[in-house]
Amino acid sequence: MNPGSESTILDMEITTLRELNAALHEADSGDFVVRNPRGAHAVAAGINSPVAVTVEGSVGYYCAGMHQVGRVLVHGNASTGLAENIMSGEVRITGSATMSAGATGHGGLLVIEGNSGARCGISMKGVDIVVGGNVGHMSAFMAQAGSLVVLGDAADDLGDSIYEAQVFVRGDVASLGADCIEKEVRPEHIEIVTGLLAASSMQADPADFRRYGSARQLYNFHVDDIDAEVAAR
Amino acid sequence: MSNESHTFDRSVIAEIHRAANTGIYRIRGFGAKRKLPTLDELVFLGASMSRYPLEGYREACGTDVVIGEGRAERPVRLDIPITIAGMSFGSLSAQAKEALGRGANAAGTSTTTGDGGMTAEEREHSSTLVYQYLPSRYGMNPDDLRKADAIEVVVGQGAKPGGGGMLLGQKITERVGKMRTLPEGIDQRSACRHPDWTGPDDLEIKIIELREITGWQVPVYVKVGAARPYYDTALAVKAGADAIVVDGMQGGTAATQDVFIEHVGIPTIAAIPEAVRALKELGVHREVKLIAAGGIRTGADVGKAIALGADAVSIGTAALIAIGDQNPALEAEYQALGTSAGSWEDYQAGTDPAGITTQDPALAGRLDPVIAGRRLANYLQVLTLEVQTLARANGKSHVHNLEPEDLAALTVEAAAMAKVPLAGTNWIPGVTG
Repeated sequence: MNPGSESTILDMEITTLRELNAALHEADSGDFVVRNPRGAHAVAAGINSPVAVTVEGSVGYYCAGMHQVGRVLVHGNASTGLAENIMSGEVRITGSATMSAGATGHGGLLVIEGNSGARCGISMKGVDIVVGGNVGHMSAFMAQAGSLVVLGDAADDLGDSIYEAQVFVRGDVASLGADCIEKEVRPEHIEIVTGLLAASSMQADPADFRRYGSARQLYNFHVDDIDAEVAAR
Repeated sequence: MSNESHTFDRSVIAEIHRAANTGIYRIRGFGAKRKLPTLDELVFLGASMSRYPLEGYREACGTDVVIGEGRAERPVRLDIPITIAGMSFGSLSAQAKEALGRGANAAGTSTTTGDGGMTAEEREHSSTLVYQYLPSRYGMNPDDLRKADAIEVVVGQGAKPGGGGMLLGQKITERVGKMRTLPEGIDQRSACRHPDWTGPDDLEIKIIELREITGWQVPVYVKVGAARPYYDTALAVKAGADAIVVDGMQGGTAATQDVFIEHVGIPTIAAIPEAVRALKELGVHREVKLIAAGGIRTGADVGKAIALGADAVSIGTAALIAIGDQNPALEAEYQALGTSAGSWEDYQAGTDPAGITTQDPALAGRLDPVIAGRRLANYLQVLTLEVQTLARANGKSHVHNLEPEDLAALTVEAAAMAKVPLAGTNWIPGVTG
């Protein structure tokens, strides 16, 4: 919230989703409070200005989808695709998220104070994601860029087919997916984790995290050429 | 007399040798090449004693299509029922994309982005641009989404239903890699599933999100490869699509496995009637639009697809040929690449002498987008004139008045697939006995 400013109340008991999002899209700035979301989908999707939105309650699919510039804080839980394709700005929830949180995000910061379900950070393309609890299976699947910081544990197949994204996990990793390996933690990585913990106001010792990333063995097809080898003999 | 094996003919033996040498499946562009049932196996009946034709050269015969009316603030309005299919910058050169835009503009129709996002150039050169929303979400951003005239959620494509995109390293230049957030030179194999929805219930919510983000301004299409068109169409309608694009197995691709191109999906002639059946059962035929794709080449194909119940068709391979792909004037260069004009299929290689399926600046520079655009405009005009001629001959003042009753099938198989009578009979296998 912006200190000292008046908030606009948008009560979903009397405000439709279309009216809610239209109001947020039309605003150049300002603080908004969304009441009674009651699991509605696409709440605060498509924000593209420096507004600050506080959602009082749990939301459905695609909350803060394709988010840009502004800030969204959800006091509750979120269903599938929280902040999917986030470009910039910040999205934070105090509870837990189900599947595909931060999917394909290109930038910005997503903070999940609780746990995140399967495929957290799937195909992420530059977003930074900090999860206070655990992440579900196949998190960071095909992740291309950005950092996923997990203060708890990671379920099976972490980082399957990962590209250049980086994954930092403090707790246990059930198993790594295809082409994902544990990597050395160097000072620049400690710096990344330190910065993201500070940005997300999460408390943890950056030195406790292990780093995972791509072995880069799947980047190109392996093409044999026996004929050329035989001809060269 | 040759003692060559029918089962192991020379092409089969060559492929086994190639596979044994390289250890990798065959990857290529273009579309299915083996003999498949096509719309050629249907004929129009034309007018007769009981059907009155329109004057072929004079009387009005409408060709316009409106997509998304009633739901989108800005429906897509096309002058002709032929659109340009999704093809990415990356798979195509910037010059080729510009040429497609120029040709489509002149003809009054739309072009479509591809796996890799929207370039500023293609937005500039396309009056009506459909933005593909793909599983990979490469280059996906809400600013471009809001610039689009329609959104096409891609579930699959005819060349590879169930498979993701592919772009080999030689075409992942610095610009292409940056647009897709991928390291330069990697063999890109795109996701085949959307990362944040599975199934029609989720898709319904996804479409609401897309509409919310774009302020319910533009139509939303759903594109599927022709796999189970009856169910896929019904589910896309249920999910709230304004248009369904059904891409038959003849649909082309920039690159995928040959085994996929030739062995997955069903032909366009078989897919259209099944999609139409679903639309009719749901009472939304001609309201939710059907765009048929996959191997459309002539005005006859356009007319037959529409008579079977499509509202429009989409062309990809034919559009590339129109702007200069497979040009016989380049025969010597095709020969140097071990192929010939008409057989060129290595779209994945980036060595296209016509400058279309390449990212090599020298090759791409060969394609004059203005001239190529005019060629496409002319080709689209011919398709339109042809379909109008056929429609008038069947007594129709708008191409959308064409109907299955105007058609007959030349083979039992085509009759069964297209659900029109075998020529000279009342027999539709599986329908009338």
